[in-house]
Amino acid sequence: MTHSHEDTPVEGGLVAEVARMSPEELAEHEAEVAEVVAVDRDIQVEVGETLLELRDVTLKFGGLTALDSVSFGIRRGEILGLIGPNGAGKTTCFNAMTGVYRPTSGQVLLEDAPLGKATRHQITQRGIARTFQNIRLFGEMTALENVVVGTDARHKTSVLGALLRLPRHHHEEKAAVDRAMALLEFVGIADRAADKAKNLPYGYQRRLEIARAMATEPKLLCLDEPAAGFNPAEKDDLMDLIRKIRDDGFTVLLIEHDMRLVMGVTDRIVVLEFGKKIADGLPAEIRENPAVIAAYLGVPDDDAA
Amino acid sequence: MTPFLAQAQPWISFDVKGLAEQFWNNTVDGLALGGIYALVALGYTLVYGVLKLINFAHSEVFVVGAFATWLTFYGLGFRAGATPDLPIAEIILFLVVAALAAMAASGGTAVLLERVAYRPLRKRNAPRLVFLITAIGASFAIQQTLRLFFGLNQQPQIRLLQPEPLFRIFGAPVTNVHIILIVAAVLLWYVADYFVNRTRLGRGIRAVAQDPDTATLMGVNKERVIVITFLVGGLLAGAAALFYMMRIPQGAIYNGGFLLGIKAFTAAVLGGIGNLRGALLGGFLLGLVENYGQSLFGGEWKDIVAFVVLIVVLMFRPTGILGESLGKARV
Amino acid sequence: MTTQTVSAPARRRSIREQWNNLSRPVQWAFLLPVVVLIYFLPVLNPPLIATTGTDFPTAMFDVARYALVAIGLNVVVGQAGLLDLGYVGFFAVGAYVAALFTSPNSSLHHLPYLWTLPLAMVVTMIFGVILGTPTLRLRGDYLAIVTLGFGEIIRLVADNVGPLRGQSGFERVGTDANGTPFFANATQWYWLTITIIIVVLLLVGNLERSRVGRAWVSIREDEDVAEIMGVPVFKFKIWAFVIGAAIGGLSGALYAGKLGFVNNQSFDVITSMLFLAAVVLGGAGNKVGVLLGAVVVAYLPLRFVQLADYNYLIFGIALIILMIFRPQGLLGARQRLLARGRQAYQRLLGRGEQISGESALAADTQGGPR
Repeated sequence: MTHSHEDTPVEGGLVAEVARMSPEELAEHEAEVAEVVAVDRDIQVEVGETLLELRDVTLKFGGLTALDSVSFGIRRGEILGLIGPNGAGKTTCFNAMTGVYRPTSGQVLLEDAPLGKATRHQITQRGIARTFQNIRLFGEMTALENVVVGTDARHKTSVLGALLRLPRHHHEEKAAVDRAMALLEFVGIADRAADKAKNLPYGYQRRLEIARAMATEPKLLCLDEPAAGFNPAEKDDLMDLIRKIRDDGFTVLLIEHDMRLVMGVTDRIVVLEFGKKIADGLPAEIRENPAVIAAYLGVPDDDAA
Repeated sequence: MTPFLAQAQPWISFDVKGLAEQFWNNTVDGLALGGIYALVALGYTLVYGVLKLINFAHSEVFVVGAFATWLTFYGLGFRAGATPDLPIAEIILFLVVAALAAMAASGGTAVLLERVAYRPLRKRNAPRLVFLITAIGASFAIQQTLRLFFGLNQQPQIRLLQPEPLFRIFGAPVTNVHIILIVAAVLLWYVADYFVNRTRLGRGIRAVAQDPDTATLMGVNKERVIVITFLVGGLLAGAAALFYMMRIPQGAIYNGGFLLGIKAFTAAVLGGIGNLRGALLGGFLLGLVENYGQSLFGGEWKDIVAFVVLIVVLMFRPTGILGESLGKARV
Repeated sequence: MTTQTVSAPARRRSIREQWNNLSRPVQWAFLLPVVVLIYFLPVLNPPLIATTGTDFPTAMFDVARYALVAIGLNVVVGQAGLLDLGYVGFFAVGAYVAALFTSPNSSLHHLPYLWTLPLAMVVTMIFGVILGTPTLRLRGDYLAIVTLGFGEIIRLVADNVGPLRGQSGFERVGTDANGTPFFANATQWYWLTITIIIVVLLLVGNLERSRVGRAWVSIREDEDVAEIMGVPVFKFKIWAFVIGAAIGGLSGALYAGKLGFVNNQSFDVITSMLFLAAVVLGGAGNKVGVLLGAVVVAYLPLRFVQLADYNYLIFGIALIILMIFRPQGLLGARQRLLARGRQAYQRLLGRGEQISGESALAADTQGGPR
């Protein structure tokens, strides 16, 4: 960032300063922010190639088959939507992809390497991050601290290093705070950075969750119903944010119920029903797909949309 | 370093011969002891099943019963020293009176505990640590009240019933006390089991254990269920206190609840916390294991057995032998 | 998005906020006289706070060692949210290490007393790993009971293992090879302990304002989410345990040295509960709060000797009432989790952060039994 860290604090800080910027300055500033936020790690796969793949993933809970031989891939740089009626297995699929559940058979591969027995924190460190349907922030921490916890996933400071405040600790802390501040600005909640997460308004909390997940520098960002509880204007803002995230180089998986949002923001859609994949394609194709329509609306009627 | 290690040798024995010799003695005694553990364990398991709360102060509920027993004995005219020779009918009458007193005292303490200490926390949705701290505070408070009233030392030992061998199993004497303890424990367990599984109130308990919100929607009075759960646990602990005093007449001491409480909790966990059958099974098992351990390793290590069992169970099979069942449908 | 005008509302800032807005050097300037006063307390022996029945410097030492224990236990219970009811076990291990290496009753090679301090820490840390590894996968109440069990096991081992001399114990702990005690009087012990407390506070503060402290608080807040956010939960739980253990052991070694005598009578469950009470009373999760709690738990009984008999009863009732009306303790949790947090907030917002006094013990909408 061009702003020197030794500047005497401006009245109202950076947030107020940004509010007073001209459009050109703002655009430049936002570009800087986007650059700080962008993922800084090596991703083996090229843009457009398959980043995460599900191969014949089956998941059974006792006698119940939640997922039945589901296969699809997510390409780097795209926004993939995962939809389906209630009970279709979206959340189960989501959990299988993020390592919360292990498939009964089949594999989940990230950059061609199976997730295997990786623990949840290992999976995050390998590069899959997620948000939660019912917001699960660290309520007692401030917004900034929540995001910094996300950056900690990539930190290498040891306990001893922290104890003695060794150089690496200083270096990582500084970079973390810079990145966290940029992330807060990126998602648009920087003005409440110092508030405890539990005191934030609902919309801010949702976006904070996204910022925290992004802080882990994920190769794949999974959003679990991020628009739940939003009014249409807020959903529009969210769509803009998701596009902005993708444009900054992230790959996004989205579970959502709101069709307008899904159709409007995704590049490709996968549809599940009763644990099986029933469709996979562009939004326009999915909208016309009779199997999908049947899944949601039952037998097509004369007045079906 | 060598002299130090040489000193280390005789700490702990491994006396298999002694174990074999004492096996039947230990078995009979273990079952009697286990009955006491089982009854107290039921209190832990019921409260846990319904509230998902470890009632840390249950040990004090128990010890109040022990004191009530002692006071009743004293009040009935018995004193320390020789046990008077009374007709069996009279003795049984006195035991019943003492049992009622102990059960009333323990039950009352349990309900008081729930009202004063736990209910305000439930109303405030307090996190788990808070309940634990409160339980610790209540434990302290009850213990110290007893100490202020009765002093630091155990009460003089009063025996109503002199243990007399009625018959022998493989050479091990089975006394009247043993029989009473084992039979009464199983009987009381059965009553508790019947209550929980076949009565309307018991259904309420199981409903709240499974899903408190739905139970409330279905018309179950959750608060009443909770009070009853504590009450039943307290009554059982009171009965256990009487049996305890019969077996260990020096048991009325202000801090006598702690160790027994931990052991009873271990028994509950061993059998499966939240599982009534588990409490019985765990109680008997723990009683047996403790006695065998005493013969095998030496008397001074007896108490450690319970702790080791607790740690091992929680590490390798935290659901216990039979698993939780209060909140699940009975198969 | 539409930016909002940020104007610092013209409200009365709480003392805490004003304190937080001061720069470090200014904060130190305020603290220095307080620290000096604390050092001089036993010498000044002001009549108002004098303890009848107990030598005042000894009383001060007792408060200080409780304070040190409270800081250690705070790391485990307050920061990481791990319920540990057997903390007295670590205290005991530290004391026995000091005894085993300085007492003429012990058959081990004699070491200068000061060496036993780091040694006690190392040994307790090993115990911490041994205790923590199997048990830290348990949650909540179960962890509490298991740690209680371990504390008791340590006590029983002290009772029954020959070389530890059970009730006869070790005499003349903390003396050198000639039998001269390490310090001549209690005041010097007090000064040593206060100095150690200050160093420990600084180090623990460093940990709090790093990824370690953040990991702990995230574990306390929501362990599952913490793991999903990339925090190696198990590793940091063990670290919390180990660091807490080391501090407890250190305090135990100091206690042994000052008292000069160690046997199996001083490490019972009640002591564990008192340690916990000190942390909870003062405010779990707040370094300063738990110091206050230690003062209450250790000092008040010595000051108000008339009530000595009712001590524990009062504590018990006080805990019950406290948990109902103010579960966060006197001061409530206080989180500074960023190494240069104040500057960051200044830079971003033009003001320091707001802090409210909640803690692991404050009510929440999702937690707790039904």
